[in-house]
This record gives sequence, C-alpha cells and structure tokens, in this order.
Amino acid sequence: MFGRLTLDALPHSPITLGAAIGIAVGGIVVVALLTYFKRWKWLWREWLTSLDPKKIGVMYIIVAFLMLLRALSDAAMIRAQQAVFAADPNSPISPDMFQQVFSAHGTIMIFFVAMGVMFGAFNLIVPLQIGARDVAFPLLNSISFWLFVAGMVLINVSLGIGEFSPAGWLAYPPLSELAYSPGTGVDYWIWSLEISGVGSLLSGINFLITIFTMRRVGMALMKMPIFVWSVLTSSMLIAFTFPILTVSLTLLALDRTLGMHFFTADMGGNPMMYVNLIWAWGHPEVYILILPAFGAFSEIVPVFSRKRLFGYTSMVWALASIMLLSYTVWLHHFFTMGSGANVNAFFGITTMIIAIPTGVKVFNWMFTMFRGKVRFATPMLWFMGFVVTFTIGGVTGVLQAVPPIDFQIHNSLFLVAHFHNMIIGGVLFGAFAGFTYWFPKFAGFRLHEGLGKAAFWCWLIGFLLAFGPLYILGLMGAVRRMDHYDPSLGWQGLFIVAGVGVAVILLGVFFQVVQIGYSIWKRKELAVGPDPWDGRTLEWSTPKQIPEYNYATLDAVSTRDAFWAMKHSHHEKAEPKYEAISLPKNSGFGVYIAACAFVFGFAVIWHIWWLAAVSLVALIAASIASTQRQHTHRIIPADEVAETEAKLRGAHV
Amino acid sequence: MKKQRRKFWTPLRGTVIALLIIAAVAAAIAWYLQGKNVAVFNPQGTIASDEFNLIKFTLMLSAMVVIPVYIMLFAIAFRYRESNHEKKKVKYTPDAPDMRWLEVIWWAIPIMIIGLLAVVTWVSTHQLDPYRAIDSNVKPLRVQVVVLQWKWLFIYPDYHVASVNQLKLPAETPVNFAITADGPMSTFWIPNLGSQIYAMPGMTSQLSLMADHAGSYPGYNTNINGTGYSDMYFKAEALPTQQDFDQWAQSVTAKPDHKVLDWASYTELARPSRTRDVTYYGLKDDNLYTEVVNKFMEAKTPAVSTNEEGNK
Repeated sequence: MFGRLTLDALPHSPITLGAAIGIAVGGIVVVALLTYFKRWKWLWREWLTSLDPKKIGVMYIIVAFLMLLRALSDAAMIRAQQAVFAADPNSPISPDMFQQVFSAHGTIMIFFVAMGVMFGAFNLIVPLQIGARDVAFPLLNSISFWLFVAGMVLINVSLGIGEFSPAGWLAYPPLSELAYSPGTGVDYWIWSLEISGVGSLLSGINFLITIFTMRRVGMALMKMPIFVWSVLTSSMLIAFTFPILTVSLTLLALDRTLGMHFFTADMGGNPMMYVNLIWAWGHPEVYILILPAFGAFSEIVPVFSRKRLFGYTSMVWALASIMLLSYTVWLHHFFTMGSGANVNAFFGITTMIIAIPTGVKVFNWMFTMFRGKVRFATPMLWFMGFVVTFTIGGVTGVLQAVPPIDFQIHNSLFLVAHFHNMIIGGVLFGAFAGFTYWFPKFAGFRLHEGLGKAAFWCWLIGFLLAFGPLYILGLMGAVRRMDHYDPSLGWQGLFIVAGVGVAVILLGVFFQVVQIGYSIWKRKELAVGPDPWDGRTLEWSTPKQIPEYNYATLDAVSTRDAFWAMKHSHHEKAEPKYEAISLPKNSGFGVYIAACAFVFGFAVIWHIWWLAAVSLVALIAASIASTQRQHTHRIIPADEVAETEAKLRGAHV
Repeated sequence: MKKQRRKFWTPLRGTVIALLIIAAVAAAIAWYLQGKNVAVFNPQGTIASDEFNLIKFTLMLSAMVVIPVYIMLFAIAFRYRESNHEKKKVKYTPDAPDMRWLEVIWWAIPIMIIGLLAVVTWVSTHQLDPYRAIDSNVKPLRVQVVVLQWKWLFIYPDYHVASVNQLKLPAETPVNFAITADGPMSTFWIPNLGSQIYAMPGMTSQLSLMADHAGSYPGYNTNINGTGYSDMYFKAEALPTQQDFDQWAQSVTAKPDHKVLDWASYTELARPSRTRDVTYYGLKDDNLYTEVVNKFMEAKTPAVSTNEEGNK
C-alpha cells in the first residue's frame, strides 16, 4: 500500500527532527493565520492562480529567499563541522548526515535560490523592459513557477520523510546508483530536480519567445535594454541545455528504479557518460545564472553613473560569445578523468577564451563610470564588490583552465573557493544589486540605505573571510566534502576563520532581513516616485503603482534607453488615446499540474506504484485540460483604463 | 563631520591603508603557514614542480590584467564620484559616443594574453599528460592502485608485495601507476608529488610521478565515495634509494607468518570499512589487479555498501 514508506522514514537525528518540526510548525502557523484572517480566497485569487508575471516574479523571489535561509543553515552546519567537530568522533553531525547536508546545500543554492532569483527577475523586469503587457504564454509561466515550487517542496519533504542524497549536488554515479546509495535520498534529488527542471525549461522557452515576439514597436534587437539581452542569452542556454539535465536524470532514475544499467559500474553501464552529460548541462547552467547578473550590473552602472552604457555593441557581442563558448567547455570539470592531452588542451583553451569577453565587460563597465557622475548607493557598492571579488574568481578560474594546474587543484577546497567566488561575488551580488535597484519600482518605497550598506560590508568581508582560507586550504591539500581531517595537518585554524566568515555573512543576511522589515515599517518615509534613480529604460516610465496591464498605450520607441530619451526630448506628449486591453484570466492549472507532479514524484520515490499511476494519469489529464480552456482572457474597457491611468498618474505628477 | 571624513580619504591615504591591510593579512597568513605543508606550493617531485611553475606563470600573466583593473576601478570611482563634481570641475559626458579604439585595446590585450596562455597550455598539457611516462634513465617502478571503500591498496607486481594505506616508493625513480577503483569513482592525489587522477571501477587510469627526495607525503582521495571518504588519508613514503625499497619489499615476505593477498583475502579487504591501519601483504595472485578491473565486466555484484554499514 505505501511502498517502501514506513514509520522508519521519520527523522532519526535530532537536527533533522528539529528542522522538520520547525518547518511543520511554521506551516501550521501560516495556515492558521490565513484561516483566522480569512485570507484563503484572497491568496488563491490574487496570488496563487495569478498569471500576472509581476506577481509570479514576487512569488519566485519569496521562495528563493526562504530557500536561501535553508541552504545557508546547511552551509553553517558544514562550516561548524569542519571548524569545531573535525576531530570529534561524537559530532552531532554524522558522516552520513554531513553528506546529505552538503548535497542539499549545493542543490538548493543552485536550483532553488539562484534559479529562483533569476526567474523572479525575468518575470518582474523583462515584460516591463520590452514594453509589453505580459509574457508570451502566461499560463505556461504559472505552470513553470508551480513546478519549481513542487520541486522545492519535494526536496524539503526529504528532511522529514526519508533522507536526502548523499552523493553531492550532481550525484555522480556509481555512488548515486542503487549499489552504493540504496536509500531514497538520491531519488528525492532526482525527482525534485526533474520536476523543477521541466519548469525551468518551459520558462526559458517562454522568455525566449516573449523577447523575440513581444517587444514594443521600434525596439529592434540592438535597441533592447542590455538586461533583456542577458535574459535572451540565458534563456537560449536554458532551452538548449535543460533537456540534457532532464534526460540524464531520467536515465539515472531508470537505473535506480527499474534496474537498468546506463551508468552503473557493472553490466556495461558507463558512469563517465553521466559525468559528460551532467556537465554538458552543468557548465552552461553556470552561465545561465551569471549572464542575468551581468545584465543587471549593465543596467545599474549607467543609471548610477548618469551616463549611457559604454560599448553597448561590445556588451551584446560579449554576452553572445560567452553564451556560445559556454557550450564548449564542459570537459574542464573533469580534466582528471584521463582524457588525452589533445582533448584536455582543447577544452582548457576554450575555457580560458571565455575570460576575454568577460574581461571586456569589466572594462566597459568601468568606462561607463569614466566621465560620469557616480552615485555610490547600495546597488553601486554591490557592483564594486562584484568587480573586486569576481576578478579574483576570474584569475583562479583561468588557473584551473590550464589542465596540468587543474590536476593539482581539482576537487580541493581551492575549487570550492573558486566557484563560490563566482556564484557569491557574481550571481548573488548581482541579485542583491538588482533587488535594491528594482525594489522601489514594485514596492513604491526604497530600501533603507544604511542597513543595505551594513549588509553589503558584512557580505563582502564575510565572503573574503569565508573563502580566502579555503583557497589556502586547497593548496595545502584539503579536499572538498570532508567531514573530518587529521588534526596533525594543521588546518583547523583556517577552518575556524572560514567559520567566522560564514558568521559574518549570516550577520549580513540578518541585516538584509531587518532592512526589508524596517523599510516596510518606515515605508511612508522611504516612499519614492515612479522613477527614483533617474532610470533609462522603459520600466521606470510606468506610474508609481504599476497597473496590472503595465502600459496603457503601446507607443513606439525609437532609441536605446527609451525612457531617458523620452525624458530629455522636448516634444509635447500628445494626449494618450486609450483602448480596451485584454489580459489573461486567472487559472489554477499551474497549481493542479504541479500538485500532480509532486504526488507523482513522491510516489515514485517511495515505490507507491498505484499512487504513481493515478497521479500520472491526473497529471496528463490536467495538462490536456489546461490547453482546452475557453474564455482565457478578460477585457478591460477603454474608459476603465483611462480612469485607472488618471488615478495612478494624477496622484503624483 | 562629513567634511572631515572626506578630507581623510585622499587617494594616497586610501592606497596606503589598503596596501597596509593587504600586507598585514599576508604577514598573518605567512606566520600561520610557518612549518606547515602547503603542498601545491611545496613541490617534492618533478611533476609537482612543473605544475607549480605553471601556476606562477599563469598568476603573473593574470596580474598583468588584474592590477590595472583594480587601479582603474578605484581611480575612476574616486574621480567621478558625484561629490567630486560638486567640488571641482570634473568632466561629465552623459551621452559620450563609444570610443572604438579603446574597445579595440581591451579586446586585443586579453586576446594576446590568452593567446600566449593557450600556447603554453597546449604544450604543457602534452608534457604533463598523466599518461606520459616520465623521461628518466632509471627503470620505473610499477604500482597498481586499487581504491577501496575506504582504503588504499597498493600492489607492487614486480616485487610480489602489496601495502594497504601506505605507499612505498624509491626517491628519484619514476613510478608508473595503474589506478582503478573497486567502489564508486574516487581520486588518487599526492599533492607534493603532483597530478591527481580519477580511479574508476572497471577501468584503469594511468599516472606517472617521481619524488625528488626521500620523505613522507600525504595522499588523499578527492572524490566522495561514501561515508568513510574522509578517512582516506594515506602517506606516501619515499625511501632514499632503490636498495631501501628492495629491502622493504623483501622484509614484507621475509616474515614466515606474513599476510597473503589472493582473491579470498582481497574480497575480505574490499569490504567497506573505515580504517587507516597500515598492512603489508605478500602477493600470491599476480593477476589480482586485472581481476579487480575485470570483475565489473562480469555479472558479479560489486562490493556493496550502505550508509548504515558505513556508520558502524
């Protein structure tokens, strides 16, 4: 009846038990509050079933932030174990649990934090920046989001029911095969990523088509805001590489569930094939994350320098060449697998070539500041922090691109420091900069500067303290994923410094939480107009409270930095003529489909075959039904638009 | 208050303070590392030395870009900050057209630097190919490595001995390793001697290393292969001369009650366990390594572990 699911699946360790109870209690409190304040209908109508990309974007960011807290606590446990309990055989974190913790940390940070923040930004910014009212496929967008949520829930369920993967964030076989990991952990990993990965793929396709087909009249490709270019390149990578992830995971699932032998050590399976496949997705994935961060900085630097972006064309070519090159470098993740010298050298060289367009971008950002008026508001501080740290990451990246150097660094903590250098210094700093920059557009008030700066300094110093020592430890021979090490090696001091660094980062996160709370509390004092930073792109032309249709009229644009041009043109604006606007109606199909997918994933993990069959049928039925909706749009009549516009624009002009 | 702060932060003071902080951090690190083995920067073998030189070269090349970037970043940020515009006449060109020649420069310089590095990469990757035997007049030692859950088995087929969790090798003699795993994918790495390479079940990877001096160098597995992974720390003992090595090999089998490695005792040894004890064996089955590699070709089940077992 319940497959492998027995009472034994409940948590054994006090830490996981505590976390599971914490999550459960938190969930019950939320449900109770919603019921007490009778907010269920409101939640369902205004948020859960909404097809408005602005609302979907906000939900992405909220989920990503919650997951950041979860994965940070994993990080803190890793650091605590290595700094304090390394020599203690009675550590509260057993080796088995340690494996699950670092696997969860990596998986959640990449798939549910970085990807979530990124898709949140896509949803919030792209339609506005291209002057559109919506994305190309609004319902698909909602389905993508809810599949992401289903994957997220599944990965967190593993805390309370069963276990998580012990095989690292990419689950290399044969360790991830049944022979060496017979538990449910790897299955949780597979199905959580399988479900959210399909969501990511659909989302990537959606934004690709949105950008290609829904730009405002006159916005040629080379007139698009640079952030849109970054999303375009990132979406291309998603569309072409996520299928590889889906297939690799499926094959691994077939091995584990149906006893096949794609990647097993014996019976003709080939684990090296998996390593190739997963990195053929995995390396572009890194650029899927970093390109939008580059895009955000390319918006922020001109605005805060009050100067147009230097070398727009170069920037576009740099993005495009990084996108193309990122498909050609995956083998640098396993130079040590014994490929011939020709192969290794080829992939080493393609890897270091990426440093060229990336370097060009840094120079162009700097020369955007050159002869500008630079305001060092928080987003700009994140930019400075990004250049300083990312450059270090670039150097250590080029080092590892040389195969013989990689032979001495691979899988050591040097590597760990390098990719955190790129993902914290690049992706996260970019996300924080973009968050601070775009926050007032959606909230109507800006975030408190002082607390933002405090958070920035904590993150920067914490980052240097946490990862500087790891570089040195790597050179001393410390390898990744150790739950303990021989005390005679003399590593503990550096691990303690790294632990202090994580504590400082946590303080930064604390400041960020306080910053948001305090800013909401003081929102009257921090209130700003619709264009608080003297913006250049279309999103800043919307009224203070963005109407659900984004733009009442779709006037043609003629230049890059369209809003900047509008503000500086001397033409009198003609009285706008409003027309009826058609917007997609709400739909619950995102929730239904994702719920079926979640149940299916859970049933397969626990081998509850009848439930798997039922949920699969339901999943297919719901998907078909979602395509058969009638009356998908509602019409906002012209006079209602005029009324709304008068109210929104009249209030503050 | 604000004015005073502005006066304090002159570019010169800023630079000096930044350099002082960097120097202090560097001094603290140097003090901490005193007497410790920073293995990658402390090469004790030919391969490791070549790789260390390559690191130094690449770092220097990178510094040619990074140092100007840092200087320009802070110089531009400082000069064109908003408050500076209020105080003195600083150029402000909000709609400046792109300067093509500048862009040509920063496409060209990185292309040249990476071009140079690419040539060096091509040559060094071939030179330091782990499969390439080290050039030497000395007859190389053959060692077969089997990475187990969670032990190291070193077989010396020409000497008919084997050791667990300790590698013996003569200094100044190239060692040609054949490496496999009887368990999940693992890695064999002795950073003081150079290059790591994966050990994979059913396959053989090759690696050639040579220790320049006698000494004891730590070795690691760098790829997670289960709960006992962190215990896979061993010592590579480089003996001063070939004679010393011969003596050691003879001493293993000299004892009448020495342990014997054949398929039966191997199967016992291969069972997952966490131990760092060093054991020596006389090798009874000369084909053992090949059999271990081939066992994955047949329908035999591999040494199975579960996490529960690992915790014991």
